[in-house]
Amino acid sequence: MTRPEPTTERGRIRIEGFDEPAAAASLEGTARPNVGPWSRDGDGEDAARVSRPDERTPTVGRRRRLADVWRRFRSNRAATVGFAIVAGLVLVSVFARPIEFSAGGYAVTVQPFSLAPYDPARPAVGPSNAGPSLAHPFGTDWAGRDVFSRVLVGGRFSLSIGAIAVALALCVGVPLGAIAGYVGGWVDEAIMRTVDTLYAFPFLVLAIAVVAILGQGYWNVVAALVATGWLSYARLLRGEVLSIAEREYVDAAEALGIPHRTILARHVVPNAVAPVVVQATLNVGNVVLAAAALGFLGLGLEPGTAEWGTMLAGGRSALMQGHWHVTVFPGIAIFLFVLGINLVGDGLTDALDPRSEFERRVR
Amino acid sequence: MSLAKYALRRALVSVPVLLGATAITFSFVYLAPGDPIDTLVGFDAVDPAVEEALRAEHNLDRPLWEQYLLWLRDVLVLEFGTSPITGRDVAATIAGRLPATIALGVAAWALSLLIGVPAGIVAAVNYGELEDELSRVAALAGIATPNFWLGLVLLFVFGVHLGWVRVTPPDAPLASLEMLWFLVLPTITLGTASAALVMRLMRSSMRRELNEPYVRTARAKGLSERTVIYKHVLRNSLIAVVTVAGLQVAFLVDGAVVVEQVFSWPGMGRLLVEAVGRRDVPVVQGVVLLIAVSVVLANLLVDLAYAVLDPRIRYDR
Repeated sequence: MTRPEPTTERGRIRIEGFDEPAAAASLEGTARPNVGPWSRDGDGEDAARVSRPDERTPTVGRRRRLADVWRRFRSNRAATVGFAIVAGLVLVSVFARPIEFSAGGYAVTVQPFSLAPYDPARPAVGPSNAGPSLAHPFGTDWAGRDVFSRVLVGGRFSLSIGAIAVALALCVGVPLGAIAGYVGGWVDEAIMRTVDTLYAFPFLVLAIAVVAILGQGYWNVVAALVATGWLSYARLLRGEVLSIAEREYVDAAEALGIPHRTILARHVVPNAVAPVVVQATLNVGNVVLAAAALGFLGLGLEPGTAEWGTMLAGGRSALMQGHWHVTVFPGIAIFLFVLGINLVGDGLTDALDPRSEFERRVR
Repeated sequence: MSLAKYALRRALVSVPVLLGATAITFSFVYLAPGDPIDTLVGFDAVDPAVEEALRAEHNLDRPLWEQYLLWLRDVLVLEFGTSPITGRDVAATIAGRLPATIALGVAAWALSLLIGVPAGIVAAVNYGELEDELSRVAALAGIATPNFWLGLVLLFVFGVHLGWVRVTPPDAPLASLEMLWFLVLPTITLGTASAALVMRLMRSSMRRELNEPYVRTARAKGLSERTVIYKHVLRNSLIAVVTVAGLQVAFLVDGAVVVEQVFSWPGMGRLLVEAVGRRDVPVVQGVVLLIAVSVVLANLLVDLAYAVLDPRIRYDR
């Protein structure tokens, strides 16, 4: 059953506006209107705005693009929940205990609040291995330390290791990947063969090897996670840079005599970095998991530190005696954080690249 | 490019990677704090004359590159020397632990496919429906759960609380029924995250295939939805699962290191952690190198399997 006259109301392809001058101009390839060629019913506005970045009209600035990303991110309920979880855990660990800086005999209190009722390192604030109670919501461990306080403060170690290790890994991986992709030739070969070789070692195994060499401790764990973490960023960014370097605007910049370093830093990397940002966000979760695993294996921070993984290291023997609370609560903290980060990462994937709504990337 | 030519080229690419992996493993002795001789004598105080003899015996008095080549020559015939801590042959120690890890890894891999593939199919076919959302939540939970914590909780519930399984491995051969029963919990612990990854991969790969024109053709010529999905779409989407098998090997090895610790499973991962704790460098080298070689070989096999399953890949490079 067909209608006798063409309609502009419904159907998969909208043909309204086809006779407008702007659309006619686009046929000649001079100016392309910022309207998607088709849109699903219901979210026409979205589909109109979410054309690929390189197809946008040049007037759309960077701020507008970021605002778009933020708007799409905010409209994603799961991502918002994830963001709230992560933000909540960050706030809790910051306000868990007062933060003081002492330098030259002066102590400056940066943060005076204390959510944690007890000093996490102080033993015998309660009975040994007591179950949850009003005084100790998460119970106490074998030394009579308050598990609730330890979980709150433990976030400082886990979250800061995750953030610092990923940031430093980006500082290594992004420049190396960009140089490999842009310069090419033997430089590319050398960098990428190094990446391939290090990829032969599984993430945690390599981190264990590095800790075995450097020894335990906060910065050694960070170093181990950076040594293993930069690989994926370098590989990912190189691939993006390879495709961006083919674009006309890079040719144009070269023709204008702009130094390669500037082209790479100002024009190529900013356009190639989006997938790396997503990967890095997701990796914060992996890094926190790996740091906790190292702590669990007794290869992370010093034994007795209130770090989530290290707290679980003594958890096995406690479990065998039936003290479940010592193990369960730090584990839930890790689970919540990694869950939150994954939700944020998935939300970012969708927000940065609307097309992927259909083919969500598999990690 | 013919398959044989592609296989040869792909295999040659692995050679520098393997050499690099051996070089990194070799460097552990030198990167570890202290003189290499300390590592060899297990950090004991020794007589200078004995030390000189040991230096000569282990070629420590030769240039570094020569030491590497000599070490490589030994490694190629699986000769890792003896452990300075336990005094036992490193290769034999590793060989003794290998079957347990392989059993655990294969079981977890099978579990991840048994759960991940069907769940991914259900999610993709019911895209956007309740099943899809449930699979998304399950995948997220599976990825976010720390495996050591999952293992501890399972051990507490089924081992301590219900008493269905032992909390330490039974003193029985690997192929016995008791051992298999004990293996259930470690398998679930190790397989969960892997199953979540397979499920998400299967789902997205199947979604992609379902949008291909050949699916529309198959439906248009009147094939039943069952035939379309199981005979046409499934085959093509399974290729994606094959391509991540190599990644999965690395992922499972990582997990095994931790899970073996939780369940006191006598495998290589536990050996690695023990050796690191004892600063037993030759054992660490042996285990790490064996893992690296397995990962490289797995990736090689996966690429070859991919080339057989999808001939287009051979022309891409």
